[in-house]
Amino acid sequence: MRHILSLLLENEAGALSRVAGLFSARGYNIESLTVAPTEDATLSRMTIVTTGSDDVIEQITKQVNKLIDVVKIVDLNEGRHVERELMLVKLRAVGKDREELKRTADIFRGRIIDLTEKTYVIELTGAGDKLDAFLEAIDPSLILEAVRTGACGLGRGEWIVKA
Amino acid sequence: MKLSDAPQAASTDVVTTLLTGAEIVCHAMKAEGVEFVFGYPGGAVLVIYDEIHKQSHFKHILVRHEQAAVHAADAYARATGRPGVALVTSGPGVTNAVTGIATAYMDSIPMVIITGQVPTYAIGQDAFQECDTVGITRPCVKHNFLVKDVGELAETIKKAFFIATTGRPGPVVVDIPKDVSMASAPFHYPSTVDMRSYRPTNKGHGGQIKKAMQMLLSAERPMVYVGGGAILGDASEQVTTLVKMLGYPCTNTLMGLGAYPSTDRQFVGMLGMHGTVEANMAMQNCDVLIAIGARFDDRVIGNPTHFNAGNPTRKIIHIDIDPSSISKRVKVDVPIVGNIKDVLDEMIAQIKSAEQKPNGIAAWWKQIEEWRAKDCLKFKQSDTIIKPQYVVQKLWEVTKGDAFVTSDVGQHQMWAAQYYGFDKPRRWINSGGLGTMGVGLPYAMGCKFAFPDADVACITGEGSIQMNIQELSTCKQYDLPIKVILLNNRYLGMVRQWQDFFHGNRHAESYMDALPDFVKLAEAYGHVGMKIEKPGDVEGALKEAFALKKRLVFMDFLTDQKENVFPMVPGGKGISEMILAEDL
Repeated sequence: MRHILSLLLENEAGALSRVAGLFSARGYNIESLTVAPTEDATLSRMTIVTTGSDDVIEQITKQVNKLIDVVKIVDLNEGRHVERELMLVKLRAVGKDREELKRTADIFRGRIIDLTEKTYVIELTGAGDKLDAFLEAIDPSLILEAVRTGACGLGRGEWIVKA
Repeated sequence: MKLSDAPQAASTDVVTTLLTGAEIVCHAMKAEGVEFVFGYPGGAVLVIYDEIHKQSHFKHILVRHEQAAVHAADAYARATGRPGVALVTSGPGVTNAVTGIATAYMDSIPMVIITGQVPTYAIGQDAFQECDTVGITRPCVKHNFLVKDVGELAETIKKAFFIATTGRPGPVVVDIPKDVSMASAPFHYPSTVDMRSYRPTNKGHGGQIKKAMQMLLSAERPMVYVGGGAILGDASEQVTTLVKMLGYPCTNTLMGLGAYPSTDRQFVGMLGMHGTVEANMAMQNCDVLIAIGARFDDRVIGNPTHFNAGNPTRKIIHIDIDPSSISKRVKVDVPIVGNIKDVLDEMIAQIKSAEQKPNGIAAWWKQIEEWRAKDCLKFKQSDTIIKPQYVVQKLWEVTKGDAFVTSDVGQHQMWAAQYYGFDKPRRWINSGGLGTMGVGLPYAMGCKFAFPDADVACITGEGSIQMNIQELSTCKQYDLPIKVILLNNRYLGMVRQWQDFFHGNRHAESYMDALPDFVKLAEAYGHVGMKIEKPGDVEGALKEAFALKKRLVFMDFLTDQKENVFPMVPGGKGISEMILAEDL
């Protein structure tokens, strides 16, 4: 099952590779991993999307927690949560496709953030399956390149992950 | 300045004296009460060595290979319970040390390894003797640090000792670039550190302990399974008291030998791949199992599916300081995360005050005695050829079961574990987790430095001993009267045994050809060499060797080439699926 893990870790050199190294060393999956410093510059917040049985997720949580630089790890699947991912996608936009692509982007609440005579760059945020759906809605031959951040998430309501 | 002139580290909070990084390293060792630093000099640590040369608070031990420095420091930690310290240079110094670090990591040994690094401005430039120490050691340390600012050096070393020795112990590497060793900073060595990201759980959960006790006291077929954690947590006294009060059978893992006295009747022997019939059968068939500082690893319980399927109603209580050890390979019913010593003290107190007494388990003991009656460790003595088991038995007799015994890895290691009855913790020093050949001699060195008046024996094989034989020179330099017990069967015995059992008797590269004359070799290093070829000479030779109190004696016992270690659970099988000597 897919789980979304949220971590607070010391904003130290090498902290990211400790986490990533643990996943590869113990054979755990990483679907996506995203990390950046937070409002507290001494801490980084990392979101990892992984898959595994409940037993595997329990081991992942315990092993990650054991890393000295990790302050806290929470499995967001244990409660209600929101998650978002950002995608930038460059499309070939010429002729009749130009109007059609603009319309599709509007339907998905995407924004055109760069354009030339031949291309659009569209910015799109949402849950991962929405980004997938957008890419599926476009003629594949028009997709020049795409980049995605991977998911980040927070618990709903008063549920807060703090150091 | 001289070390003795410096202000005491913990005596005041405001210390403004400027010290160099190298001086800070030495002061930190002093503040930590370090007795020995095992190491090898080189370019990146020259400044630190220069400071070591000027001080007298700790002794530096010059080994002949960095791997041996880490092993010796590791053994010092295993034998004393205090953190071991090693010091190596950058690049190859570090890569040589990695085997030692990984060995300590797998067995959770508290250590601090100081490594030199090229100057900060040269890092990443492929400088001479540069390697990514933090990157290379990351998967085999509890934690590591690269110190880029001399102002952070003292606190970082304090953190290293704190992390190494608390929670589940382990090795910590502190990588110090040469310019950091040379730069100066005010010296303040903190007496404590608090890290928001590292606060190990020490106190076991009261409710869980109560639940465990109810389960344990109402058991009909109980079993106590004790691992290396009980030794690392200095809980062997508590283990013994609890087991005695309960009257239950007790087994120790390879790493737990000595946690419960081997010569006691309630001890059913070591369990696992080469465990006794009574230990393995009791483990498989018990109704309540309490695991104390053990981790259900593959060499102990064999195939976990078989372990569970054969006895699905077995209830398991697991005490461990590391939550990730619990329910890793085997699902546990009552997990207790905490310091073993404190948890067991609480359990003992509960039994003392409780109305409920442990169940009589006469029927269970009767069953265990039937298994024990198989006498699975018996072997056929010979008049003409030395049986390796016999040498270990005689060693036990000659040393009155009171020596520090180190081993390398292979058949001799298993025979040492099976036939030397360890009654005290921290006397059996071996590489259980990583299974590192070559540890035996440096381990014996570490023990001898820690306990110069004790008998120290290194049980080894002709394969393993050659992996760190250069340390005979270190033993000469520091006059370490170790007794090397070489069980020489001219084969990589355990490899040969597996080839006989599982690879159609094809001895691919397991015959040790062109062996040196070990007697002459020992003599060349300035030691005493002995060659023992007849069973009748074993006891006399051992007595003679141990009587030479001031000399290292290298005893080359020519042993039976065909002898195998029994019982044996083949890899991937369940622990009750043992092959016994009598089966063949």
